[in-house]
Amino acid sequence: MAIVEVNDISYSYTGEMSVTPALSGVSLSVEKGAFVAVIGHNGSGKSTFARHINALFLPVSGKVLINGMDTQDEAKVWDIRKCAGMVFQNPDNQLVATIVEEDVAFGPENIGVPSEEIRARVDEALQQVNMIEFKERAPHMLSGGQKQRVAIAGVLAMRPDIIVFDEPTAMLDPEGRAEVLETIRKLNGEGKTILLITHYMEEALLADTVVVMTGGRITKTGTPREVFADEQALKDAGLSAPPHIELYHRLKAKGVELGECPLTIEELVEEICRLS
Amino acid sequence: MSIELDNLTYTYMPGTPFEAKAVDGVSLKIEDGEFLGVIGHTGSGKTTMIALMAGLLKPTSGRVLIDGKDIAEKGFDRKELRRSVGVVFQYPEHQLFEETVYKDIAFGPIKTGVPEDDIERRVRDAMALMELDYDGVKDLSPFELSGGQKRRVAIAGVLAVRPRVLILDEPVAGLDPKGRAHLMNLITHLNAEGVTIIMITHSMDDLAEYARRVVVLNGAKLVMDDTPQRVFVRENELKQIGLDIPEVADIASRLRKKGRKVDESVIRLDELEKAVLRLVRAKAGNEAFND
Repeated sequence: MAIVEVNDISYSYTGEMSVTPALSGVSLSVEKGAFVAVIGHNGSGKSTFARHINALFLPVSGKVLINGMDTQDEAKVWDIRKCAGMVFQNPDNQLVATIVEEDVAFGPENIGVPSEEIRARVDEALQQVNMIEFKERAPHMLSGGQKQRVAIAGVLAMRPDIIVFDEPTAMLDPEGRAEVLETIRKLNGEGKTILLITHYMEEALLADTVVVMTGGRITKTGTPREVFADEQALKDAGLSAPPHIELYHRLKAKGVELGECPLTIEELVEEICRLS
Repeated sequence: MSIELDNLTYTYMPGTPFEAKAVDGVSLKIEDGEFLGVIGHTGSGKTTMIALMAGLLKPTSGRVLIDGKDIAEKGFDRKELRRSVGVVFQYPEHQLFEETVYKDIAFGPIKTGVPEDDIERRVRDAMALMELDYDGVKDLSPFELSGGQKRRVAIAGVLAVRPRVLILDEPVAGLDPKGRAHLMNLITHLNAEGVTIIMITHSMDDLAEYARRVVVLNGAKLVMDDTPQRVFVRENELKQIGLDIPEVADIASRLRKKGRKVDESVIRLDELEKAVLRLVRAKAGNEAFND
């Protein structure tokens, strides 16, 4: 059975006077160890969807099963949150302590992990994100990318199987983005199941599966190559491909006989060289 | 309106162990109607430079001249400076503070002395530019809005003052693709109407498409000042200081390294498309000829 099983869920935001549908009929299953990117513009429902994975939101209808546990089952909420951790956009809002290692220890302390084990978990988590030499530093003196890696370590210290990243690089500079993406790839390589919510198309190219969301629905699912080859699906979702893929589509439209959709700049350059 | 930085230096926390030069001997003259891109690694001094430019920080040494007048001199009209130079800081939505969207946007015009009977029009126009529905949004609390809408309200507040120079620090950071496209179109449109644009960004692709001049800061110093074409061709130097080149320039450069003829001035997608079509057709033409 898939580690994440989302079955026909719907969700609405209820205001004083209004009900705004945010998700309708969303289904997705994610296998253990997969790297899934969810793309869509603001209001497409991608963040609402992400918050269903660790029971921050509960579906109005349909079911979410995490490692077989139903998120509607109140008795399972803490087990679900241990299994599925979440990293948010703004690192400043996620760091709680004044010293890096204390911040990382916060989660395990809260669930009553014995203190010797906390020590081990904190060191391991900081090593995984390559921040061990900063363990006695103050988080506010770190760069954005470093802060975000500390936030990731805080999630890792809970030993989750799944990590949901909700636009983790949106507030970072290019260097910080690269650091965080490298960390995500590494964690996936070590067997963590990754759900990456992003509106950076280049980031989606790193995943095994890309899910496109539009108006609260999943409108396209496939490998990055399949999704980015489908220009119309991206347009309908209000998204634009990275420049090298945009160039590929333009050249094809002009009758240039290029092969399959290039994922990287190198692939495109090779294709052009083959034809010129 | 011209802005001139004359050997400008700014030192943070002078006389302490944390003393650091954030801007070091920068000289730069920006003429009326320019579209200037400012790039540099985090910590290179970009944000400090624009704060000095807008008169929000006092230089440690050197001068900022607006239309030839030193803004630090006694008798310089600071109110006029506030009217004519608008600054959109990074994450401007963190600076919203009023009870309603209307009041937040009206704050700038009121403080800069716009006549009362003109305020509503200013707010309406600025909201229209930012694609905010006046009747639907004006009475809401800015804090009820989505992130993207908050950003638009914050920028509308700056536009409502109708500055002649608009300084923007990473205006599209964190926006989704639609939001980015709308904001970049608006900035280009304002520039076409004569507003001087000074924009800090990490998006080299945006600068390649829109800017007509790019300055590069590194370690608090101005290290390049040229057209985007001539800046982005200096690939190795940029990489050394931790900066990327636009994706289009990268593709063009890789094609050149493989012996394909693509002009060094190619930094925009339209230009690259034409260049590649020429390459492909030249080969197809040769083959047809050889047959």
